[in-house]
Amino acid sequence: MHSKSSLRTPLARVRGLGSAKSGTGHFWKQRLSALALVPLSIAFIWLVAQLAGADHGQAVAIISSPLTGILLLLFLLSGLVHMRIGMQVVIEDYVHQEGAKVLCLMANTFFTIAVGFACVYAVLKISFGM
Amino acid sequence: MANPKLVERPLSPHLQIYRPMLTMMMSIVHRITGMALYGGTLLLAWWLVAAASGPKAFDTAQWVFGSWIGKLVLFGYTWALLHHMFGGIRHFVWDMGRGFEHPAREYSARAALAGSIVVTILIWLVAMLAR
Repeated sequence: MHSKSSLRTPLARVRGLGSAKSGTGHFWKQRLSALALVPLSIAFIWLVAQLAGADHGQAVAIISSPLTGILLLLFLLSGLVHMRIGMQVVIEDYVHQEGAKVLCLMANTFFTIAVGFACVYAVLKISFGM
Repeated sequence: MANPKLVERPLSPHLQIYRPMLTMMMSIVHRITGMALYGGTLLLAWWLVAAASGPKAFDTAQWVFGSWIGKLVLFGYTWALLHHMFGGIRHFVWDMGRGFEHPAREYSARAALAGSIVVTILIWLVAMLAR
């Protein structure tokens, strides 16, 4: 690339090439959402076990209790963040063709937002009264 | 070079070269369970939207999840969630710079695998006995 005779300083040559300061953002988001998901997943499993075989009235009564609803929403939001950036890494690892990769990354975001809005809308509707 | 013909050499070891090891399988399964959980959110969305829609839609969803195939999927989902969670906890330990040594990484792999299976079975036993 650059010969040793270049007049540009080593610093000038690398400026703008790296991801200084923001390179750990993805990693940090992944771990932070993972940490949140440990207790929230346990709460979620406990909730689903309670709802196994429940009829509609019982299910609505359980989900619409404020603490349950809040925990469920927190689980959904951290899960959605976590799964979106997780799938992003999988796509970047295996889809090498640039156009297909961009399409997959877009589909990943659309899927996450669609599923997320459906889940959150449903929980809020149940919580605020059917 | 005396011989101009290029000899095909393996550039770097890949999946078909390695003998499957537990640590490696745990890593692969971690990614697979992650993707399964990703797809499984569709089931959660369907179930929640059915609950928000009314008794009829919810009864249909509950019937599907209560069938033997529904239960099998949910059992697999429970295991995938726990396997991914225990795998994630291993990552937290590695983030602290610990647990990379030979016996430690094998023990944590076995503990995560055994833990995911045992806890899945326990959850289902408790849920079924509580009925």
